[in-house]
Amino acid sequence: MHKISNIRNFSIIAHIDHGKSTLADRLIQTTGLVDIRDFRNQILDNMEIERERGITIKSQAITLPYVTREGEAFEFNLIDTPGHVDFSYEVSRTLASCEGALLLVDASQGVEAQTLANLYAAMDYDLMIIPVINKIDLPSADIEGVMEQIEVDLGLDSDSVILCSAKEGTGVEEIMEAIAQQIPPPTGRVDAPLKALIFDANYDPFRGTVVSCRVFSGRVRAGDTIRMMSNNATYKVEEVGFFRVKREEKDSLSAGDVGYIIAGIKTVRDTAIGDTITLNSDPAPEPLPGFKEVKPVVFSSLYPISSDDYSSLVDALDKYKLNDAALVYEKDSSAALGMGFRCGFLGLLHLEIVQERLEREFGQSIIMTSPTVEYHFELTNGETVTVDNPTHYPEPSTIVKALEPYIRASILIPERFMGAVMELCLDRRGVNSRFNYPTQGRIEIQFDMPLGEVIFDFYDRLKTVTQGYGSFDYDLLDYREGELVKIDILLNGERVDAFSHIAHRDKARPRALHICERLKEEIPRHLFKIAIQGAIGGDIIARTTVAPFRKDVTAKCYGGDITRKRKLLEKQKKGKKRMKMIGSVTIPQSAFVAVLKSENK
Amino acid sequence: MQAPGLYIHIPFCRSKCPYCGFYSIAATSLIPRWVEAFKKEAALYQERFPVFNSLYLGGGTPTFLEISTLSAMVGHIFDSFDFAPDSEITIEANPSDLTREKIEALKDLTFNRVSLGVQSFDDRILAFLGRTHKAKEAEKALNALRDCGFENIGMDLIYGFQGLSHNKWIDILKKAVTFQPEHLSCYELTFEKRTPFQNLKNRGEIRPLREREACAFFVETSEFLEDNGYIHYEVSNFARDEDRYARHNSKYWNHVPYLGLGPSAHSFIGSKRWWNVRSVRQYSEALERGQAPVLEAEDLSEDQLRIEAISLGLRCAQGFDLKHLSDDPGLYERIAGLEDLGMLKLGKGRVIPTKRGLLASDYLALCCAD
Repeated sequence: MHKISNIRNFSIIAHIDHGKSTLADRLIQTTGLVDIRDFRNQILDNMEIERERGITIKSQAITLPYVTREGEAFEFNLIDTPGHVDFSYEVSRTLASCEGALLLVDASQGVEAQTLANLYAAMDYDLMIIPVINKIDLPSADIEGVMEQIEVDLGLDSDSVILCSAKEGTGVEEIMEAIAQQIPPPTGRVDAPLKALIFDANYDPFRGTVVSCRVFSGRVRAGDTIRMMSNNATYKVEEVGFFRVKREEKDSLSAGDVGYIIAGIKTVRDTAIGDTITLNSDPAPEPLPGFKEVKPVVFSSLYPISSDDYSSLVDALDKYKLNDAALVYEKDSSAALGMGFRCGFLGLLHLEIVQERLEREFGQSIIMTSPTVEYHFELTNGETVTVDNPTHYPEPSTIVKALEPYIRASILIPERFMGAVMELCLDRRGVNSRFNYPTQGRIEIQFDMPLGEVIFDFYDRLKTVTQGYGSFDYDLLDYREGELVKIDILLNGERVDAFSHIAHRDKARPRALHICERLKEEIPRHLFKIAIQGAIGGDIIARTTVAPFRKDVTAKCYGGDITRKRKLLEKQKKGKKRMKMIGSVTIPQSAFVAVLKSENK
Repeated sequence: MQAPGLYIHIPFCRSKCPYCGFYSIAATSLIPRWVEAFKKEAALYQERFPVFNSLYLGGGTPTFLEISTLSAMVGHIFDSFDFAPDSEITIEANPSDLTREKIEALKDLTFNRVSLGVQSFDDRILAFLGRTHKAKEAEKALNALRDCGFENIGMDLIYGFQGLSHNKWIDILKKAVTFQPEHLSCYELTFEKRTPFQNLKNRGEIRPLREREACAFFVETSEFLEDNGYIHYEVSNFARDEDRYARHNSKYWNHVPYLGLGPSAHSFIGSKRWWNVRSVRQYSEALERGQAPVLEAEDLSEDQLRIEAISLGLRCAQGFDLKHLSDDPGLYERIAGLEDLGMLKLGKGRVIPTKRGLLASDYLALCCAD
């Protein structure tokens, strides 16, 4: 029964919140693979944080058996992709593993920036696109309007659109039939040398790394010795199989299949997404195209709140990295915060996810410093240095030229928000604007913008000024010259290195003021006055103070008050563990987060 | 172990004062049933405490009870529990209740200390506070108590609200000291949970003192009374000399055992603390079923006792014993920092709050309880 002509490999692409996980759930349910009683929502989103935020962080695959109305049996491989720009490389590897994609559009939201970005990506891989309008049950659904967007904005045939409500299950069978009828089967010869594309890797504490891959040609089975074509590392295959809801062992994976390989690979770091697996004994002449090393673009330092917890943090990071190859880190130390790690992330969302998972899944209490991008400095001695940490900012007099990374930002908005968005982009030093009018009433704005301006709350601000209608996507462009300065923050005259950061000169004063104001809100009153200052070198450019407090005693404390009083003290003691002493000033963990937040509340 | 104290909570008042957070009701019909329940509760604890050396009838308004009721209760207390000969026997009193007859009766019932709810010597302020007595009645009661031979009189006063200027408050204190009370409690008005005053505050109709003002009142009070020969021995408490410290109330601050009877009363001995239901009805019903009317109990760990000792000690002029400090590295250095800020003094093996330290006592407790 297992014929390559009856395999369909597809993924679902959509803007965030357009119902991708719900549709995936529904498709899985239709196949009867999961007992209704065992069913939980967002079945492919295994991580607590994915369920909670309604996002997909890791790629996941599942093989679904499906029998068409005509009685023909198929194997559908659904590969779920992350939905955020931070993970666009993972998305591209997933798409490369498919022959088709369901393009999901929310019936009331319509086409958004990531819909476009994902569609273009899917088209790059010549995928057969099946447009699906989801959430047609919503009262605010505008099916006609979205149809038009699909036809005009996306250039897809609106006759092929399937109407669906993943929530209510309508249209799901049509989607299954369309997958069987419209998406082409994979091609590839079983008797050719093995080429399997890695699109994800997960860590299993009992089995080591489980590599998710799509086989393009050849066959792999337990006992084979495989070779990673990027670094020629070899491993002996212990097990191969399909993903059902759990792993299901098979004799082999052949051309066209999507499945997993377990081969005694210790950590996910030993695998690279986009790498090609071949057989050591009969290697493919060249790897599959498109492999690149994922490089972090946002950097931040991470410290335990209590320096006693450093070794526990080392442990947690070691475990964490088993499952997140994109996180890079090295030892770092700060005068204010002690021993910690300098980390590189794919983007701000990735940073938040790492922080949340370390806290929730690994029980760490951590402080993260202001995220920054990687700057290049040309120095008087002819050297060029790369700086991703404000602490290593070169001596200003030695800097000949400062360069900062630029991105191409694509923003899709209803036309009426154009003024507000232009203002925001110009404020963030956007240049070289271009406009497209894909459909009546909608506008796509492109700007070249410094990445450093984007990692700082740009997305939040965009959502605010467009009342949630704006969507955003970006690509890295190049490095351009900029007038950069390092802002230091001083508490009672002492520089706190953890708050230092690099900014454009024109932005330095408002940024410094913002940070000072935020710290003023977050730092509790002490018995003495606390001066908060922002400085460039020796020049103070911003200042606020936290007034001292003088009284907190309650008038009465008799028999009935003592227990309540102690409980409060116990609670405060716990809270104090989440504070950091810098000099004589106690700073709550929230202050380190607050300085990153938006200027307008 | 120091001799324990016995507290009896009398949960009845003629009318509820709008600032008061203590449990009481104005339904007199429940009194007889409650007295019977009280006797049953006393019986539960017979022989379970060593000899007491203080008795405190608080409330509520103990003097609101009829002489016959008071006499029956006190008789039952002395039948049920043993007291040392020199015990402090206190009753909280409302000025308007203190007829000559009632004062004589209190004397006969062996009360040797009266804590009088004077609150103010200004009729407009008394009306604002919802008190039913007038300033003149308080003055009369104070004189009458002296006349009947009471040698240990405590007076409660309240400050810290709009309409009470610094000058007015000092005038009230001046008036108070003319009666030469052995003990004075000067409370800053506290907005207690679920009181009419808290609602007024939430609606913005009463504004609490600003911090700076509250501090000024606190310091003025302390300095005025110290100039007049009083010892400021606890945040809100002053005594003519050490013998006149409120013996019973001091037990709360020193982890000396106490047994509390009556609705909402708290008890403490060793590491155990428990407290009664806050309802006359539930209290009576439990005892009628033969059960203790205990709402909750806790068994304190060494560390909990330690941090309580620190936080309670920091409310008192005597501070707390250094033995309560943990061996947290850097703790002594941080305490030295607080000493430099003029918050604490170290001496005689104790950490002692200064006047400014008393004001920041909760914060200091958090610093010292590491």
